[in-house]
Amino acid sequence: MTAQYIVNGLTMGLIYALIAIGYSLVFGILRMINMAHGAVYAFGAHMILMFVTWNLGAIPAVILSIILTGGLLVAYDRSILAILRKKKAPGIAALITTIGFSYILTNGLQIAFGTEIKSFPALLGDKMIQIGNVKFAFSQVYILVVSILLLVGLTLMINKTKIGLAMRAVEQNSRAADLMGINAKAVISVTFFLSGMSAVIAALLLASYYQTVYPTMGAMIGLKGFSASVLGGIGSLYGAAVGGIILGLAESLTVQFLSGAYRDAVAFILLFLILIIRPNGLFGKAKISKV
Amino acid sequence: MDKRDKIVWLVVLVLLVAFPAVGLSRYLQRVSSLIFIYMILALSLNIITGYMGQVSLGHAAFYAIGAYTSSLLSEHFGWNFLLTCLCAVLMTGFIGWLFSIPTMKLSGTYLAIITMGFGEIVKVLIINWESLTHGTYGVQRIARPEFFGVEMKTTNNGMYYLCLVFVVLTVLFCIAIERSKLGRTLRAIKDDPMAASLMGIELSHYKRLAFTISTALAGAAGALYAHLSGYIDANSFNSDVSMMILSIVIFGGMGSIKGMVLGAAILVSFPEVFRFVAEYRFVVYGLILILMMVFRTDGLLGGNSKRPYTFPRFVKVKEGEVKSDGASGGQ
Amino acid sequence: MALLEVSNVSKQFGGLAAVSEVNFHVDQGEIISVIGPNGAGKTTIFNLLTGVYDVTEGKIVFNGEEIQNKKVQYIVNAGIARTFQNIRLFKNMRTIENVMIGFHQNTKYNTFDSTFRTPRFRKYEREAHEKAVEILNSLGFGKYIHSYAGNLPYGEQRKLEIARAMATGAKLLLLDEPAAGMNPQESEELLQFIKELQDKGFTIILIEHDMSVVMNISDRIYVLDHGRMIADGLPEEIANNQMVVEAYLGKSEDDAAD
Repeated sequence: MTAQYIVNGLTMGLIYALIAIGYSLVFGILRMINMAHGAVYAFGAHMILMFVTWNLGAIPAVILSIILTGGLLVAYDRSILAILRKKKAPGIAALITTIGFSYILTNGLQIAFGTEIKSFPALLGDKMIQIGNVKFAFSQVYILVVSILLLVGLTLMINKTKIGLAMRAVEQNSRAADLMGINAKAVISVTFFLSGMSAVIAALLLASYYQTVYPTMGAMIGLKGFSASVLGGIGSLYGAAVGGIILGLAESLTVQFLSGAYRDAVAFILLFLILIIRPNGLFGKAKISKV
Repeated sequence: MDKRDKIVWLVVLVLLVAFPAVGLSRYLQRVSSLIFIYMILALSLNIITGYMGQVSLGHAAFYAIGAYTSSLLSEHFGWNFLLTCLCAVLMTGFIGWLFSIPTMKLSGTYLAIITMGFGEIVKVLIINWESLTHGTYGVQRIARPEFFGVEMKTTNNGMYYLCLVFVVLTVLFCIAIERSKLGRTLRAIKDDPMAASLMGIELSHYKRLAFTISTALAGAAGALYAHLSGYIDANSFNSDVSMMILSIVIFGGMGSIKGMVLGAAILVSFPEVFRFVAEYRFVVYGLILILMMVFRTDGLLGGNSKRPYTFPRFVKVKEGEVKSDGASGGQ
Repeated sequence: MALLEVSNVSKQFGGLAAVSEVNFHVDQGEIISVIGPNGAGKTTIFNLLTGVYDVTEGKIVFNGEEIQNKKVQYIVNAGIARTFQNIRLFKNMRTIENVMIGFHQNTKYNTFDSTFRTPRFRKYEREAHEKAVEILNSLGFGKYIHSYAGNLPYGEQRKLEIARAMATGAKLLLLDEPAAGMNPQESEELLQFIKELQDKGFTIILIEHDMSVVMNISDRIYVLDHGRMIADGLPEEIANNQMVVEAYLGKSEDDAAD
């Protein structure tokens, strides 16, 4: 029985990790939490659904959704956040605009698609597999493989490629990076795009697994993904992955040993504890405040 | 508060007292009472967000605690509203104080997030602690407040005036805070916590105090709401409510008491007035947050006053000693 | 007896020594300057004196009492207040309010008093307002009383920071580069201003790069380099000290004089 819960927990954990990475990427560069990330996830899911119902085929639908969602985030950054950065507005201002953006997205989806729960095609197949006592859906295998590939890919990209180097440079000191000829604007846009992409892929995986989408689907998972990223140390990519997996397992074990009712509280209790005990998370870096 | 402010407040108050004379429908009464309740909530969040500069995204949780405390006490013991409301204020303030102890080292984004998490935890608790809260059934048929045998209803304008009295008290209380050491200290902490601390201000003490006072006020609003609507459940206090309160504070102008009152009046009434936008109202709230942050951080009425500083009446500053050059001097 | 006695104080960040075995003392009524190249550890010393940082080793005795590693509030109360290298006024508060924040610890009423406007509230508020006006007037700030601190001219902002520090009831003022960014005329004014403070009975430690200010005003000078005190003495002695000239003055006389 426990093995079953661990498999389920791991699956959810990887999804949380994908969401967490979306937060961490943006936080790493802008020191800002994109509170609209959950809504962006829901937006991505609805885009896939829309393109699939237009009979574009699964793969083009996903690619188009990634472009559209990533593009939306880039546009938001270029139009709103860029102004705030220029004005040197306090960090809390950017945070508040992302809350506003989140409400616009969610409400927009409700108006365009209706508030009800819609069924989502099983794009990743709906077969079940059984190994010993442990039963799992074929789509869970996808979740496992795709999210690990994506996590590894993103980490490699940031650590080994030129654009990754530019991202790290901007993260350290955006002005200096600018002087070194790195186009900070472009780097920020790429980051937002990647953040949107990871949200859409998470949406694809989870929506195919549950086979449902609805406009507020991102609220809870957004908060949980955020908790996971803080747990691992926000800004750190493997921290996000570890945080996601810990959260997924913790939830799953809570369901098994305690009660399903408290499943949603686990993330927040972990968040509470980590922020109080170790605000920089498991893998985050501490900083010294200067006078 | 200078003379002009006093006149404006008095005129508004007279109008509000006289308003039911035109014969308000039950619906209008309900909307006005709701506006009053949101005024209290906005004034309450204003202490944390407007004065101290910290964002809470979970204010609905404290609103909920107040509502549940008052309605459950009234249900089980049949106590008078004043007593259950007082208990709600104390209970909510106490929980706000408890909440602020572990979180007082956090600020900015982290504090915002943890308040949001707290909001969700409270919601989960309300739904699952059935023996106390009746779970998803909610608390039903909550008694109307009664004073000297007169039931406060919407039909006799009772709820309207009760809420109005609470608003007036809250406004007076907030003015008192603004014009005292506490108000100055919180604004100093907002401007520069490090410098404030080196002036001898104990940051954690003031953060706790601000949280306690703010949440206690939200508790009063909760008690009013419970007895106004007669029914509450976890959904009455979801994250949309927190969002609404924050929108009012930002829209009205952080730190401005007048702004909270005006902001609540506009934002609560507009979906009712413009029925056709009711469906889009969260788009509108979202736009308000974004546009205000980009173009007008001070909201409708926030920001630094252009008028001279008003000395308290009991302070005698010799004529000629202080030249009034308005607030702009030195530019 | 010295008002402030710093003995063998060291501060390490991680393994890095910011300040090593520093000794100095300040007598009542003196103006002491601490000079040294950037990164020598001057501001770190202020942070140690005001309790922002804990010392790794050593003793700080102020007014006969050990204050190392005490809380910031405790030290303010004991009578040490400071200004900052980058002005840290409460920009969105008025000049008079900035000064009243300085009275914070001596304004002894609580929220109950202010809500019900008790006699205690009136007494302390009256006192705070009157004293603030008095301090501002005595420093020639009268016309700026209503202004928001962020709107004041640069030089006035520096002075207001000092006024705010005075309001805490401090005996010892720590001024961190008060002349930074001032033109010669402004720094000349500041010089007078600081001398007046001395006449009012304040004891002052100054961190300053502007040598015209330092040489004109200091009773004694300490020179810090790489976290160590390398010299101390009267202004003339320091100006002629070969070690100091090498470590600091000689290397970049132009920089030091601007």
